[in-house]
Amino acid sequence: MGYSKQQLLALLQDLQIEFSQCEHPVVMTVEDQGKYVGSMEGRLCKNLFMKDKKHRFYIVSALADTKVDMKVLSQRLGLGKGGLRMAPEEALIEILQVPLGSVTPFALVNESARDVSLLLDKGIKTQERCIFHPLSNDMSISLNSDGLDTFLKSTGRDPSYIDLEANPTVGKDQPPDLAAFVPSGSTVLPDPPEQAVSVQSASGNHDIANSKPKAVAEKTVKPSNNVHSVTHKSANALKPSSCFTDAEKFVEEIMDRISARVLTETKEDSIKQNGEELGTEIADRLRKCCCSELKNLATIFWNTAYTEGFHAGKASSLR
Amino acid sequence: MDKKEENTEEQVVNPWEVSSSGGKIDYDKLIDKFGCQRFDQSLVDRVQRLTGRPPHVFLRRGVFFAHRDFNEILDAYERGEKFYLYTGRGPSSEALHLGHLIPFMFTKYLQDAFKVPLVIQLTDDEKCMWKNLSVEESQRLARENAKDIIACGFDITKTFIFSDFDYVGGLDGLFMKFQWVVGIFGFTGEDHIGKVSFPPVQAVPSFPSSFPHLFSGKDNLRCLIPCAIDQGENGKMSASDPNSAIYVTDSGKVIKNKINKYAFSGGRESVELHRKLGANLEVDIPVKYLSFFLEDDAELEHIKKEYGAGCMLTGEVKQRLTQVLTELVERHQTARSAVTDEMVDAFMSVRPLPNMFN
Repeated sequence: MGYSKQQLLALLQDLQIEFSQCEHPVVMTVEDQGKYVGSMEGRLCKNLFMKDKKHRFYIVSALADTKVDMKVLSQRLGLGKGGLRMAPEEALIEILQVPLGSVTPFALVNESARDVSLLLDKGIKTQERCIFHPLSNDMSISLNSDGLDTFLKSTGRDPSYIDLEANPTVGKDQPPDLAAFVPSGSTVLPDPPEQAVSVQSASGNHDIANSKPKAVAEKTVKPSNNVHSVTHKSANALKPSSCFTDAEKFVEEIMDRISARVLTETKEDSIKQNGEELGTEIADRLRKCCCSELKNLATIFWNTAYTEGFHAGKASSLR
Repeated sequence: MDKKEENTEEQVVNPWEVSSSGGKIDYDKLIDKFGCQRFDQSLVDRVQRLTGRPPHVFLRRGVFFAHRDFNEILDAYERGEKFYLYTGRGPSSEALHLGHLIPFMFTKYLQDAFKVPLVIQLTDDEKCMWKNLSVEESQRLARENAKDIIACGFDITKTFIFSDFDYVGGLDGLFMKFQWVVGIFGFTGEDHIGKVSFPPVQAVPSFPSSFPHLFSGKDNLRCLIPCAIDQGENGKMSASDPNSAIYVTDSGKVIKNKINKYAFSGGRESVELHRKLGANLEVDIPVKYLSFFLEDDAELEHIKKEYGAGCMLTGEVKQRLTQVLTELVERHQTARSAVTDEMVDAFMSVRPLPNMFN
């Protein structure tokens, strides 16, 4: 028998997860839900229950306004263009054991859902709190992502957040970046031999660099599917690696950081304080705080260029 | 004999354990025991003069506080004779915490300041022996750790990373006395022979002849080895919870949580008492961490003064620490994510480094 909402709430309390709750008439859409949860703090989330052609199931949990393109997701999972579709109602009842309109990550508390793969929107991590149904759509609870993580860990899962709006190229040389999210370890890949290397590395970063010694490698977004991989929250932290393989993007990155600094330093009180000297003051501050940060970026750029050249040299001497 | 009469504390320092029955390590005794000298202010100033840049935070704050013959290396350096750096890591786990990064951060500074090459040893064989890992697992961990090490910002044109399983450099170490090795490591008849052959493997990289592809003809090249005495302790926020160390994979939220929850505070029980007495800086962990990771000397002094006087509250200090550590960890993560397997291969490739002294 599946968990009831009372049992789930009791479980959350046992796990010492802080949440607030609010009962309301049955709602079938996020829009309707929005009408009743005004008193609660938190961002509304939408939850999609999907399946692929091999009867594997997925829950996609995202902020209400995150755009989720099922065709793109399907490709990123390695299922081809039309591999994903909404799961039928029977699956909802049988696997998630929740009624229609109640899809929620909390359904993963049920044993029947143990093989369901969860894709979490990284946007959830940026919010203080998010709102979900606690197994039933006549109630909503709001909690922060740490609480969600604690719950997920209690079901034996490693919570990992991904950029659902990203649309990386998937092709012969760029394996599907979310392939690891396909349930029960079997991966559906367009080109098995080539992809074997990057997908089987179960931990560490899935770095899908183009090892051919010619053009600049277009690196795809990495899946955060284990505790040791990188989970970035702030926009500042996640840098597309193309900034280190492309001089123009590199310079733009540096300019972004410097400009951001200049803007923070040009506040009303610092203008008042320094007056005409503001320019000198900012220049000094920039040197002081940005120097080491930018030097680090430059070192990465340097090392990346060397690596590229090194492998090119190796390959050319083999011909 | 009545133990109470003995005033001397038992201090244990060996390759696997650093502890003291008295609780606090007596660094002066340590320095004496190992035949080292203190890194005093005049030496720090000398480093500044020779390198033409401000000395690293760890030197200014006494984090690296002792040396052996460093003055001689500097004398030679002044005469135009270079040296190379040697450090390493035993890749026993995938998760690195801040304490693990400290020696690497310092080594990077040395590489940049003195413009010298560096060899980094990954003792995958040691971990294989001592922790009963399979050879494959040891090698895999070694590569994963290499990525974090590279992320510290070493210059690939001046750095060679090698794993013991792949690169065994030279046999000079075999001439060490067995007795001496037994004394340091405490071997018994039960230990596998691999454990005995390991110390030479770890000592050998300090001889330039171990790297013929780098230092051929330079048999007198000196080697400087930055190392840490109690690497494990420094990473932790709480002695009782080993999980409270800050890991390089922690998000800003996790860091904030760990600092708020676990970092032992020297603040007083109530705001009134705190304002009256000020914080106990001796036991305060946030201030200790700030002294490691907050670069700005003036700001650190200010915090110590205000917090010690009771004007600043623990919450503010913790908040500043959270900022500092989050920035550090995020920077590491950015760098880490740019390290590809190809880059690791390049760092670990036996290749000449023509510009290693530039």
